[in-house]
Amino acid sequence: MTDWSWLVPLPVVLPLSGAGLTLALYRRPRVQRVVSLVTLTLVAVVAAALLVLADAGPVVVEIGDWAAPVGINLVADRLSALMLTVSSVVILCVLVYSLAQGREDGERFAPISIFHPTYLVLSAGVANAFLSGDLFNIYVGFEILLAASYVLITLSGTTERIRAGTIYVVVAILSSILFLVAIAGIYAATGTVNLAQLALRLPEIDPGVRLVLQSMLLLAFGIKAAVFPLSAWLPDSYPTAPAPVTAVFAGLLTKVGVYAIIRTQTLLFPGGQLDDVLMWVALATMLVGILGAVAQDDVKRLLSFTLVSHIGYMVFGVALGSQHGWTAAIYYVAHHITVQTALFLVVGLVERFGGTTSLDRLGGLAKMAPVLAVLFFVPAMNLGGIPPFSGFLGKVGLLEAGVELGTPLAYALVVGSVVTSLLTLYALIKAWNKAFWQTPPEPLPAHRVPLLMVVPTAALVVVSLALTVFAGPLYGYTERAAQTLSDRTYVQAVLPDGQRGEGESQRAADEDVEAGTAPQDGGEG
Amino acid sequence: MTDVVMSPNIVFVVTIAALFTVGTYLVLERSLTRILLGIVLLGNGTNLLILVAGGAAGAPPLIGVQSDRPMSDPLPQALILTAIVITLGLTAFLLAMAYRSWQLHRHDEVQDDVEDRRIVRLAAIDERAFEDDDTESGGETLDEEAATTRDEMDEGLAFEDVHAEPVPDDPGRAARPSTTTTDGEEGR
Repeated sequence: MTDWSWLVPLPVVLPLSGAGLTLALYRRPRVQRVVSLVTLTLVAVVAAALLVLADAGPVVVEIGDWAAPVGINLVADRLSALMLTVSSVVILCVLVYSLAQGREDGERFAPISIFHPTYLVLSAGVANAFLSGDLFNIYVGFEILLAASYVLITLSGTTERIRAGTIYVVVAILSSILFLVAIAGIYAATGTVNLAQLALRLPEIDPGVRLVLQSMLLLAFGIKAAVFPLSAWLPDSYPTAPAPVTAVFAGLLTKVGVYAIIRTQTLLFPGGQLDDVLMWVALATMLVGILGAVAQDDVKRLLSFTLVSHIGYMVFGVALGSQHGWTAAIYYVAHHITVQTALFLVVGLVERFGGTTSLDRLGGLAKMAPVLAVLFFVPAMNLGGIPPFSGFLGKVGLLEAGVELGTPLAYALVVGSVVTSLLTLYALIKAWNKAFWQTPPEPLPAHRVPLLMVVPTAALVVVSLALTVFAGPLYGYTERAAQTLSDRTYVQAVLPDGQRGEGESQRAADEDVEAGTAPQDGGEG
Repeated sequence: MTDVVMSPNIVFVVTIAALFTVGTYLVLERSLTRILLGIVLLGNGTNLLILVAGGAAGAPPLIGVQSDRPMSDPLPQALILTAIVITLGLTAFLLAMAYRSWQLHRHDEVQDDVEDRRIVRLAAIDERAFEDDDTESGGETLDEEAATTRDEMDEGLAFEDVHAEPVPDDPGRAARPSTTTTDGEEGR
């Protein structure tokens, strides 16, 4: 079999090169558009290829051919390949949407010369966080995507965006500092930041220290994933950004945090000491988030609150600590990325058509814009968990895994998720009634909605439906991904002999051994 | 021997503690410039923490340099360099944001969350237990209100700008009941 491992760095390298190119071509917006479109299409293709390759076993790349614990490595196992594929499809759809919006609005939408490079950098950061096999490199990935998101959320620096952006930026920076402190602690305790080596060394250190390190990492990732009580920054900051930016943030950024939680909980801290705490947190996230959504009268803010609430489902799945729980959580992440992004894109269209997102001013859209109505209704029902959509399947998986665990707390969460699901449905039906069925208080402007913006939205809705139609194979894939997480193939793939990877330094060390001049230990403590 | 290597340098520990204390205090302020200073201090404290995590200082970590001391660990230094560069970039961005905020509002305070303003408004409509700076509404929408609400009211000019025309409390609110405050009745 040919060695396909050279594909792994491409999702990071391509968008970064594209970003440089678009920045250099800032005078030629047309070429910029082509570059971004081509780059992100390529990334989506590479991600799909990785999805297939990773099914045969984790694909490991040692950057610069440095052997694993010394150098940085990128790992595409089933979990990261799946995340990467879903996110690259979403990023591509949103790019097409924003290209159309940029064509309509010109500079009013965004300074094009800034938007494209930043958007590509964001994509590179997301890919880096997913693929990295090194804790510090995950931090770098986070910083890449966060720095890009700071620029995107404050695009064109209006009063409102500066107000919301300030809170977002400060909170994100603080969470990064927390993450860095956790890395320092982990390095002090174990002498490595390589994930595979950490998985071997962390069980050997003092359990108390391990618990502290675990809670610090969870705290840092919890802020990024918007887990209650660390979620207050999200509903205020996301809705102010331009529609495509909000959509991509809502779909991806919190999920990168969720991915980091899944990765660290399963690989580094498999004992499950904090699972009960995570369960309580998940319950609180679901209920508080959805109650916030019920109280809103603006669709964008309402959706932001449902976003927070549904993060609770994923944390619930992770906290179950069983393979079934993880399976359902991973499926739920894939489902939620597509559905939440699609909903925000549709709301962007609604805002364009009706000139507002306030539920008190919207009305009658079902008759005036039936296409928008269908595009809203399908993902809304999907999010609410109506059978046979993927939201229902994901929730059923979680409920089954919860019942299987059988503790009182797990049952409380099962009940909590059903209640949350009903309240989600209530909030979305309320939005549907007000925006689509009621007679508008005053006639809506009924602006034209460009076809090119409808097409990517529709494509995303179709993708979310495909998650339902192909739920069998997909659920099988997530099941195998959870299997990989629990049987620790990851460590095997990165460090075949439990010591070193297979890079250049390993070969040099081997030659030294043969020549009888092996150096005495590397010098690390 | 190993005990000596494992115990961290007390000067570093005290410095880190001081940086984190002052940094935390500054981050709790409302002015973005002070928050920025706090973040810089926190970031530097973290960098020192990583340095301490790498163990005691030793000989330069270069192969071929003869020394009787053990080499110091090069990895934390690489991590710190990366972290410094990132902090530098973010500091520049925050400075730009503080400046933009000053351009727009003549102050750089972090402004209220819209949700906070909503609660304040609802509380004011419901029943006013006591008079407070926050109970007056500063603008038409929650966003405007959030933008004009401040903690520090000491700079004369900005203050006068914002509150040039004090908005009467109840009439304004009663005139537009449907926009943001209620969400149950008139929708059906």
